[in-house]
Amino acid sequence: MTIMKDTILEVRELRTVFPTRTGIFKAVDGVSFELKRGKTLCVVGESGSGKSVTARSILQIVDRPGRIEGGSVLLTRADGSTTDLAKLEPRGREIRDVRGKEIAMIFQEPMSSLSPVHRIGTQIGESLRIHFGTPKHEQRERVLELLRQVEIPHPETAIDRYTFEFSGGMRQRVMIAMALACNPSVLIADEPTTALDVTTQAEILDLIKKLQQNHGMAVLFITHDMGVVAEIADEVLVMYRGKVMERGPVEQIFHAPQDAYTHRLIDSVVRLEKKAELRLARPAIPEGTAPLLDVRNLSLTFPSGLKAVDDVSLTVRPGETLGIVGESGSGKTTMGRCLLRIYDPQAGTIDYRRPDGHMVDIRTADKAALKKIRSEVRMIFQDPVGSLSPRKTVGQIIAEPLKIAGMKGRELNDRVADLMQQVGLEPAWRERYPHAFSGGQRQRIGIARAIALKPRLIVADEATSALDVSLRSQMLDLMMKLQDELGLSYVFISHDMSVIRYMCDRVAVMYRGKIVEVGETDQVVNEPAHDYTRALLSAIPHPDPHNRRIHNRFRYKAGRTA
Amino acid sequence: MLRYIAKRMVFAIPTLFAVSIVAFIIIQLPPGDYLTTLMADWASQGGAVEAGTVAAMRDRYGLDQPIYFQYYKWIAGILTRGDFGISFDFGKPVTELIWNRLGFSLLLSVLTLCFVWAIAIPIGILSAVRQYSISDYTATFLAFFFLAVPDFLMALSAMYIMSAWFGQSVGGLFSAEYVDVSWSLGKLIDFAQHVWLPVVVIGLGSLAALVRIMRANLLDELSKPYVTTARAKGMSEFELLLRYPVRLALNPLISTIGWILPAVISGEIIVSVVMSLPTTGPLLLRSLLAQDMYLAGSLILLISVLTIIGTLISDILLAITDPRIRLQ
Repeated sequence: MTIMKDTILEVRELRTVFPTRTGIFKAVDGVSFELKRGKTLCVVGESGSGKSVTARSILQIVDRPGRIEGGSVLLTRADGSTTDLAKLEPRGREIRDVRGKEIAMIFQEPMSSLSPVHRIGTQIGESLRIHFGTPKHEQRERVLELLRQVEIPHPETAIDRYTFEFSGGMRQRVMIAMALACNPSVLIADEPTTALDVTTQAEILDLIKKLQQNHGMAVLFITHDMGVVAEIADEVLVMYRGKVMERGPVEQIFHAPQDAYTHRLIDSVVRLEKKAELRLARPAIPEGTAPLLDVRNLSLTFPSGLKAVDDVSLTVRPGETLGIVGESGSGKTTMGRCLLRIYDPQAGTIDYRRPDGHMVDIRTADKAALKKIRSEVRMIFQDPVGSLSPRKTVGQIIAEPLKIAGMKGRELNDRVADLMQQVGLEPAWRERYPHAFSGGQRQRIGIARAIALKPRLIVADEATSALDVSLRSQMLDLMMKLQDELGLSYVFISHDMSVIRYMCDRVAVMYRGKIVEVGETDQVVNEPAHDYTRALLSAIPHPDPHNRRIHNRFRYKAGRTA
Repeated sequence: MLRYIAKRMVFAIPTLFAVSIVAFIIIQLPPGDYLTTLMADWASQGGAVEAGTVAAMRDRYGLDQPIYFQYYKWIAGILTRGDFGISFDFGKPVTELIWNRLGFSLLLSVLTLCFVWAIAIPIGILSAVRQYSISDYTATFLAFFFLAVPDFLMALSAMYIMSAWFGQSVGGLFSAEYVDVSWSLGKLIDFAQHVWLPVVVIGLGSLAALVRIMRANLLDELSKPYVTTARAKGMSEFELLLRYPVRLALNPLISTIGWILPAVISGEIIVSVVMSLPTTGPLLLRSLLAQDMYLAGSLILLISVLTIIGTLISDILLAITDPRIRLQ
């Protein structure tokens, strides 16, 4: 090997714009950075900060009508020659030779980023054919080798399968194999772990690290998760509205941020690292309080034979927040829906204490009883876009449950205005439609709708997962404020341990339909009793670059205890 | 895969039964029967028929029996002996009359489908890739224009243009000298010279729907993330277009066979009458006018069978091209 220059890619004053009806939107506005061999640069920022567009500008694959307006992207090759990628014709031969061969990219959604009708072997082998004209049988050999590198089990059969036959984590491995096919010198990863569970995320991060060390690639890693940044970054670029706010080594960003925005960003992450002040100050709920909700031996088996909820027992006391944590597929959402009888569980009891003191079993309640219970037990959903009708104004959305309960006229209007104020929305906005609101505001609308009927229990299903981290703590604070004002109880379903720790009094850990551990949040987080909980906790990226731990995490093998 | 096909075939059986019942009932719906039509014909020609003769004929044809019994006799004959009954009008067994014509109908429909696809897919792709361009608008305008022009008008104008301006022999599927001879290379060439005009005329009517479907499907696919992935691999834009979005946009198009086929067949009836083609179309029209119920019923049944087979083929093709459907 000859001695090579350290800097492989140098981006100078890059500007990418999207012409719109009202003018020109500057998605990337004068961004500069360098990518060095074997090093990882993390680009962080909230949604809409332009980090994805920056990455796509490098390869000139920005979606239309976006275009690069200025700046340069200098790629230095092993032989010392350099090319300015920003000057190349986007559809031309030269830039195509760089794509996939010298700079490869992996994307956020491994499901939709791969074609569902082509075998994965074909999709991986394609880059070899395009760039080297590799014949079919050699292609297959190389693809098998790549599949082995990314640790996909049984590569010989996996190569002829389709993407939908794989889990999310395996699909992302396929993406990585595809990116590695031509031994690129730069790997751009655009939120590659955002759609994955924490444990799968930890595995993928491990894999990228390992491959980076083996191949000496430079990695540009885009993420909004500061925990991930702390775990993997050498250097960090903080972006906000298309501009670079701060750039520096990872220690500086976390421990001595220079810029006010970085400060705020780090603060909002660190805030979620401990219990909310609001909760620390609150007196504990007395031990002997009679439960509001008492679930015993609840089981639900889907017609496919999948035991989604398997003998689950838990209690929720008045004024308490019970967290349900687990990976996707653990049955936590299904369980939450059973509590409102959206699904019909086959066995067990869901005893709910009505305001007059007597208990009703929600599982066997008849229609009339269920209707009453559903005005007292409400739900908040994950997706703040999909759960609000785009054809109704905000006022109508919030008024809907009230109307069903028979409220009308002036009383209804006043109540809607009150509710909007309560969740921090201007009552004057009631005539607007949901699309006019940001993600955080939409989730507030969902909360206003949920509390409209003065419920006693709210099942919040991943209520903050779709929000940026800076909005997340605001939303949780709002929910706790409402809890104290209205005497609410929450069942808070989340895959995010930091959110659970921030607001929940007690937490139940779910794994494959079963609850493996329940306890006070502090105790479960600090001294987990079950191995699975320990594995889950150790896979969570920790927002402190001094304390990188997911590479040495504790791994839980299913079946060892089951 | 074989199980999937078998399952589809089993599902087709009740549909066929339902179709046969509906076809039979529809034919019986107009007041009167074949004999009243016949009577009216004779009366208009000045003849008179004795009441006794009518009763005797009614007895002979079994027209005095209740409708479910007539249906039972008809369907039992088809299932046990392949006997579709007698055409009153022609005085011949239905089987003898229709097999030949059914073959031409099928051939004409398949050729038309191929023609429509061959034209619609490229135009659809062009319209989608160059959305809101002149070529998009022109293609869309022409497609809708042909959709709006009635079949018979198109057939008439096409025949006029071809015969008056180009001196081609039009009408029918063969020149006079080839009609009754057996197949030979000469006959095949003659057939090809005649068949393209009806194919174009019938096909242009269904073009608009397919172009629009292809365009809409492709527009959906073009913005999918896997397109960006393929682009990031360094694939050329043209190869990328055909290999990914077009490949996926074709899947919904395949399922259109199921309803394009009936549209083509019903379009074929009118065009065939105008262009005097030896297909089932003119025969069906005549039998319906004469209330020749076994002939009409058998034709409708067989055309429906063709449609159901077409749907079956599209289901199977879809399962072959889309692994996601195979999985279920």
